[in-house]
Amino acid sequence: MEDKITIENLNLYYSDFHALHDVNMHIQKNEITAFIGPSGCGKSTLLRCLNRMNDLVEGCRIEGSVKLDGTDIYGGDLDVTVLRQRVGMVFQRPNPFPMSVYDNVAYGPKIHGVTDKQELDEIVETSLKQAAIWDDLKDRLNKSALGLSGGQQQRLCIARALAVKPEVLLMDEPTSALDPISTSKIEELALQLKKDYTIVIVTHNMQQAVRISDKTGFFLLGDLVEFGETDQLFSMPKDERTERYITGRFG
Amino acid sequence: MDKVVQKAIASDKRWRAVYIACGLLIVALTLLMGAFLLYQGSQTFIKAHHSIWEFLFTSDWAPLDKTGLFGGKVGAAVYIVGSLETCLLALIICLPFAIGSAVYMTEISPKIGEKYFRPATEIYVSIPSVVYGWFGMTKLVPLIKNIFHPAMGGYSVLAASIVLAIMIFPTITTVSADAIKSVPMSYREGAYGLGATRWQVIGKVVLPAASGGILTGIILGLARAIGEALAVSMVIGKTRSFASNLLSPTSNLTSAIAADMGNTAQGGEYNLALWTMALLLFIISIVLIVLIHKLANGKKDK
Ligand SMILES: Nc1ncnc2c1ncn2[C@@H]1O[C@H](COP(=O)(O)OP(=O)(O)O)[C@@H](O)[C@H]1O
Ligand SMILES: [Mg+2]
Repeated sequence: MEDKITIENLNLYYSDFHALHDVNMHIQKNEITAFIGPSGCGKSTLLRCLNRMNDLVEGCRIEGSVKLDGTDIYGGDLDVTVLRQRVGMVFQRPNPFPMSVYDNVAYGPKIHGVTDKQELDEIVETSLKQAAIWDDLKDRLNKSALGLSGGQQQRLCIARALAVKPEVLLMDEPTSALDPISTSKIEELALQLKKDYTIVIVTHNMQQAVRISDKTGFFLLGDLVEFGETDQLFSMPKDERTERYITGRFG
Repeated sequence: MDKVVQKAIASDKRWRAVYIACGLLIVALTLLMGAFLLYQGSQTFIKAHHSIWEFLFTSDWAPLDKTGLFGGKVGAAVYIVGSLETCLLALIICLPFAIGSAVYMTEISPKIGEKYFRPATEIYVSIPSVVYGWFGMTKLVPLIKNIFHPAMGGYSVLAASIVLAIMIFPTITTVSADAIKSVPMSYREGAYGLGATRWQVIGKVVLPAASGGILTGIILGLARAIGEALAVSMVIGKTRSFASNLLSPTSNLTSAIAADMGNTAQGGEYNLALWTMALLLFIISIVLIVLIHKLANGKKDK
């Protein structure tokens, strides 16, 4: 199968701090790839390399390469705004803009040049439907997004990301701030979306990785310790450190 | 030990009483001043029997200047319009620069902004207004005269507005910069994550999110501009007629009060009319301040 994203010999430094060590990973199309590991091990850092969000961090330096469909995203052949449109992101805390539901979803298409009102209406509706929140929100499109519940806000943020028609969706612990019911809704959603998208999800919850992901990467102190089929990684880990972590015998 | 604690509590209580007394004193003084202004300022209508309409909307200004003698004209529209037009024009001139600077010192170059720009703007606030007026009179007025050759010299609405714009610039800039800085980073990340450019993030997410705070800055600036007397009176020309264009001179409320208050007969019609103008300024300030509080509370409600 063809790689959607190829990470080769990736090293990342926050000023003097070496946060990722020689990471190599192949992320396949239409699969869910999960990153697990104790907090501070570099999961978010790697995720944010995939759409160059680390560009916003002062003193952040990257070596190695990340390829999207074979094009090096740090190589200068791909404009960063185009990259981020193709590789969307959902954050740990729901972060809808302080605007109406409609304007939140329409923001992305608008900045990418869609001006036709009818086309925007359609994009907003399909995106909200894809994020399985159209029925909840169709009567309050003009209400402020800040009045929604946490779970609704997060699905709105997913809809907002989908509205620019990305190919890859990055999710950084998207359910860590949500209740169990909202969490399972987002998980179902991820499983549905993988038909059309490639998903990379960071999770602090190993059960979540087992439930939804095809591949899992286990990180420790900036190293990718083990990467493989989720079933295999959780049932027969190759590395002793992985085994200790998934059986909960980790310091 | 017990005694020490008791002593501390006692002294605590004494200090609290002092603070409360000070606070009450300030409240009482403000109320007293308001009441005094209200009393003095309303005499034009009560004692001298002029209508509020005449005062606000007509421009015949010929109040009698003799204690107890009424029957002149107190149309203050020239002054009122002069105040409003200079303030609004000052705002229009100032706003692009102020918001541009606020964006620069927070979003574009925060390091330079914090280190040089903010302290510099704060110094501007503390410069006495006579300096601004003097600068306006010796540099700006001749400049306007040389560029536009207006019939009446450079003293003009434009000169007054530019001086006011410079005076309110630091207020609006610093308040706006604070508002922009308090916009959560997560909004910016959300927008960048969708492929927005820096200008799209600033223009379509950060500034709208900061708009409440920016509006507060604008109102604070307006409150300062409407009450400024000295600097404006030095460059506005102080002629009692409507300005026919931006280059003609006029007068405003503060200039008129400052120029004439000391020379009028106590309790005369002229004197009372000036009090009414002062009352009007007071009311405008209060309205602006109430607006600020409304805005601040409105933001909390969200
Ligand atoms: N902006 C930053 N500047 C400096 N160090 C950072 C920054 N972001 C993260 N780090 C450090 O990099 C390491 C990995 O962080 P992160 O990727 O957030 O971990 P995780 O998401 O796995 O919890 C941590 O040690 C963290 O302190
Ligand atoms: Mg993280």
